Amino acid sequence: MEQKIPAVSMRHIGKHFGHVYANHDVCLDIYRGEILALLGENGSGKTTLMNMLSGIYFPDEGQILIDGKEVVIRSPKDAFSLGIGMIHQHFKLVDVLTATENIVLGLPGRLDLKAAAEKIRKICDAYGFQVDPHQKIYDMSVSQKQTVEIVKVLYRGADILILDEPTAVLTPQETDKLFTVLRNMRNDGKAIVIITHKMHEVESLSDRVAVLRHGEYICDVPTQQTNAQDMTNMMVGHQVTLNIERPAPVNPKPRLQVKDLTVRNEEGILKLDHVSFTANSGEILGIAGISGSGQKELLEAIAGLQKTEAGSVMYIDDSGEHEELLGKDPLSIQQMGVSLSFVPEDRLGMGLVANMDLTDNMMLRSFRSGHSIFTDRQTPKHVAENVVEELEVSTPGLSTPVRRLSGGNVQKVLVGREITSAPTVLLTAYAVRGLDIHSSYTIYDLINQQKKQGVAVIYVGEDLDVLLALSDRILVLCGGKVSGIVPGEQADKREIGLMMTRTEGNTHAQ
Amino acid sequence: MFDFVSFIPRAVMQGIPLLFGSTGETLTEKSGNLNLGIPGVMYVGGICGVIGAFFYEQSLPSPDAIHAFPAIMIPLCACLLGSLLMGLIYCFLTVTLRANQNVTGLAMTTFGVGIGNFFGGSLIKLSGTAVPSIALSATSSFFHRSLPFAQDLGWFGKIFLSYGFLTYLAIAIALIAAFILRHTRAGLHLRAVGESPTTADAAGINVSRYKYVATCTGSMIAGLGGLYYVMDYASGVWSNNAFGDRGWLAIALVIFTIWRPNVGVLASILFGGLYILHMYIPSGMNLAVKELYKMLPYVVTIIVLILTSMRNKRENQPPQSLGLPYFREER
Amino acid sequence: MHSKNQEPLFHISKRDSLVWYKAMLIRLVALLVALVVCAIISVLMTGENPLSIYQTILYGSFGTTRKLWVTFQNVAMLLCLSLAVTPAFRMRFWNIGAEGQALMGCFASAACMILLKNVFPNWAIILCMVLTSMLAGAIWGGLPAFFKSRWNTNETLFTLMMNYVATQLVAYFCVVWESPKGSGQIGIINPNTELGWLPVIGGQKYMLNVVLVIVLTVLMFIYLNFSKHGYEISVVGESEKTAHYVGIKVERVIIRTMLLSGAMCGIAGLLLVGSTNHTLTTTLVGGRGFTAVMVSWLAKFNPLWMILTSFLLVVLERGAGEISTNFGLNQSFSDILTGIILFFIIGSEFFIAYQIRIRKSSTKEAQTHV
Repeated sequence: MEQKIPAVSMRHIGKHFGHVYANHDVCLDIYRGEILALLGENGSGKTTLMNMLSGIYFPDEGQILIDGKEVVIRSPKDAFSLGIGMIHQHFKLVDVLTATENIVLGLPGRLDLKAAAEKIRKICDAYGFQVDPHQKIYDMSVSQKQTVEIVKVLYRGADILILDEPTAVLTPQETDKLFTVLRNMRNDGKAIVIITHKMHEVESLSDRVAVLRHGEYICDVPTQQTNAQDMTNMMVGHQVTLNIERPAPVNPKPRLQVKDLTVRNEEGILKLDHVSFTANSGEILGIAGISGSGQKELLEAIAGLQKTEAGSVMYIDDSGEHEELLGKDPLSIQQMGVSLSFVPEDRLGMGLVANMDLTDNMMLRSFRSGHSIFTDRQTPKHVAENVVEELEVSTPGLSTPVRRLSGGNVQKVLVGREITSAPTVLLTAYAVRGLDIHSSYTIYDLINQQKKQGVAVIYVGEDLDVLLALSDRILVLCGGKVSGIVPGEQADKREIGLMMTRTEGNTHAQ
Repeated sequence: MFDFVSFIPRAVMQGIPLLFGSTGETLTEKSGNLNLGIPGVMYVGGICGVIGAFFYEQSLPSPDAIHAFPAIMIPLCACLLGSLLMGLIYCFLTVTLRANQNVTGLAMTTFGVGIGNFFGGSLIKLSGTAVPSIALSATSSFFHRSLPFAQDLGWFGKIFLSYGFLTYLAIAIALIAAFILRHTRAGLHLRAVGESPTTADAAGINVSRYKYVATCTGSMIAGLGGLYYVMDYASGVWSNNAFGDRGWLAIALVIFTIWRPNVGVLASILFGGLYILHMYIPSGMNLAVKELYKMLPYVVTIIVLILTSMRNKRENQPPQSLGLPYFREER
Repeated sequence: MHSKNQEPLFHISKRDSLVWYKAMLIRLVALLVALVVCAIISVLMTGENPLSIYQTILYGSFGTTRKLWVTFQNVAMLLCLSLAVTPAFRMRFWNIGAEGQALMGCFASAACMILLKNVFPNWAIILCMVLTSMLAGAIWGGLPAFFKSRWNTNETLFTLMMNYVATQLVAYFCVVWESPKGSGQIGIINPNTELGWLPVIGGQKYMLNVVLVIVLTVLMFIYLNFSKHGYEISVVGESEKTAHYVGIKVERVIIRTMLLSGAMCGIAGLLLVGSTNHTLTTTLVGGRGFTAVMVSWLAKFNPLWMILTSFLLVVLERGAGEISTNFGLNQSFSDILTGIILFFIIGSEFFIAYQIRIRKSSTKEAQTHV
């Protein structure tokens, strides 16, 4: 191979937050005319590393070389002037401004919005984007916002582009479009880094793949010389055999009957469209779908947190009595005697209170019990002790605020609390997101235990392999519609992947 | 018949301090800083002008030796300097040290009103007058000197041309501020900083610098409101606490104009008019009712605040990061 | 252009947490520095030696039995308002309308005393005063809460505006109820019959206020830390999403807490009129509603610490007042000193929440704990 000077060369980069190393001694080269996939599990330090390149963070150790010359990137401005542009996972756009205003934000010189809009149109024409320069950001869909972000970077003449999990919010069609554009840009001679943890994207898009694990650089290889299995091994460090137990359901009975559930969000967009299914006791119902296909709305509607437009959610107790859950808030559901547990996606923002300690977080569910006007702190304290012991939560103590625990331990605390109330229905959303393998297995075990005890589990997941291995039945959502329910044991991954992008009719996800 | 020819000039004179204050506070709030110290800043602006004028007048060999240029420039510069310092204190605490804005602002108001009344009181003692106020009529005459031909133009001259130069400066500053916010790059950046400092930062905008510059400029503009009040409106007479709660009214005006300084030009006159309306309405002879009329600006502001929040139109909301400190490495 | 020695000199990062005694030490140092600065300023103004100035401060607050009781009374009133705003602050509801809410309490009490003096016996008047002043304060606090919970109306600005509506309302009634006619003031209400005057206990005029506020402090501490309501307030303050998730009715908690907050301000108003001043003016609350915001914040919203912080501010104010009279400065001098001390304490919070590291070179760095 010919000797090329890397566009970017990161040498022995280190960064820590408090006592935690986000990156340690990372060396990475990025070349022009190449798409590099930066692969790693959640929390492996991919984003932190790239943030140092784009000037958001400043490295504690190490050097950065651009075209062979050592540089100091102190701010995003420095990064821009070096031709580095990053498209963040959380869009950095100002809602009340127009696309044009957002795109020219931070540039020097006189403000000429007309000329800017013209230049934006040219860029859009060159790569096939569709952006209305005068549209306000708050009127835009997610993929439109992402387009604005990319145009913004191109507008600045960036030739080193970093994209942080760009496809997480896109439909397959939008993803294809994006990839086409990225390939065009590579052929233009730009250096492109795409942060991801999806294997198929790495395989279909990238020229080279670099792997990070626990903040450390593992290796980089040309994509053609590797395969999904090898990459997974590099990512997680050892051979993964998804060895999740799936005990046969014992005496399954209908527990939750959902009929024609329809939900519209605040902007009036249909998020759930006549969703119907039955969840049985002693069974795990997996929910598959591209993120944003209505999973969140479905769980929140059942839990009484989401306004619904039509339909019914019938709870059937052991004696066969039916009770409607829809239109009731979490408190009245609890007061009806329905023990419904919910592990939401946003753990620290919704499931727990980040600044409260373990005991107080355990109390969230139980603080109303008893007739006293005072709270009982003894019982939740015992619960916390139990959870810490049984789920092996590593924490300095019960009076530690949960925000200071690691992701896996936070999740154990949350799941631990939710199953303490001996639920009859357990809803989980992305229960293992961001967790290491060990913690993930702990969570799978806990869910299986609940199943064995006769709980009706609804498991929303993103990793198809896990869904296939864990679920008794899999419901596939696409654009708010049920595109099918398949038994877990006979399910085929490719078939489900197909269902995720296409409903029975022909409508596509927005 | 309602006497507009005498009503409007008085409304304008009541409104101008508010206009200065609200323009300054609008700039400040657009950067995401809710400066509740504005009443204090306006007091400091006023008293610094008074101090400047006082020592200038004292230094003169005779009252006739007074010149227009130093008589205007000395109080003006003293006022700007004083209010700039107040702005710097606020910025250092809330931007550099990321302190709570509400608490800092309230402390600034205590401090600023204290400074105003303390030095006012000391000067009154120094000047040794019998009444508890201090009169700088010589200097002040330069501030409320109107255009020479205003008198000859009848009602037109009275309504539009009968004011001192600070009045026109206030309107000019408000219009310029509005233009900067809407049509210049600095204005665009400032709005971005107030809406979403994270975004602005990622776009390479120096968030702290914008906050500092906007807040300090805002303080200086607001300080001019204090200067106008003593030198023009009150004809150079400082008496303690006379400025009253106009500072808070200026903050109310910011909300009333939904963060638009150009709207402030007319709105401030409207507020000024509400303040003196009781004198022009027959039932207003009753002293008590006067107090109820003074309530009107606040009630109207509350109604505007409620209506904008109910309509929930994105453009009319307070800057999104208003009141929140920004720390880049927040995780 | 980008050379190596351009690296940032300071690196600021958030602290995980700081042990409480270190945090207290930082605050103490800030307070001492502030006192030194104040001393320097006072010396420049008066030419006295600083020690005698601080002696004067202490004398001003504790010098005589009367001074001591006035100090206690002021602490009690300030503490009462600080307690009142605290539940709202814990909920992250920025109620800076304590001034107006307390003034409405004053207004309601005075109204009862004036309007009911020939109608009801004394005990009934006092009962009416207690109820109406709490109600008036609660209405004044509840209105912004209602709009906040319904339409997310900005509560800082709303409560701020409500202060001046209250002031003007009181100004109106001051003229309507003026006595003697034409004075524009109300004067002492029921000076001869003492109807509606709260009873004097322990032979001390201010004893009732002090005792009552001590009881309220303990009650508020228990309410916030051990009651179910207090727990709900904390959850809502930390995360509304979590509150919804566990079935807490956020709107109801916001309104309920602000009704309580307003009602407690009303009690402060009741004490000011019924027990201390027996009159009604627009300046009766005297800015304590704003100072209370700072007291509560400085104490990190803990009622017990508030005893200390309110004491600190009152002593400073009364001491500075004493300096003013002793050395012939005007009364506002105390506001300046209070302002300076507040600036220092507010600024010191930064060093508790963040740590600064100074970079010596690109590889090695020294950690300096400030």
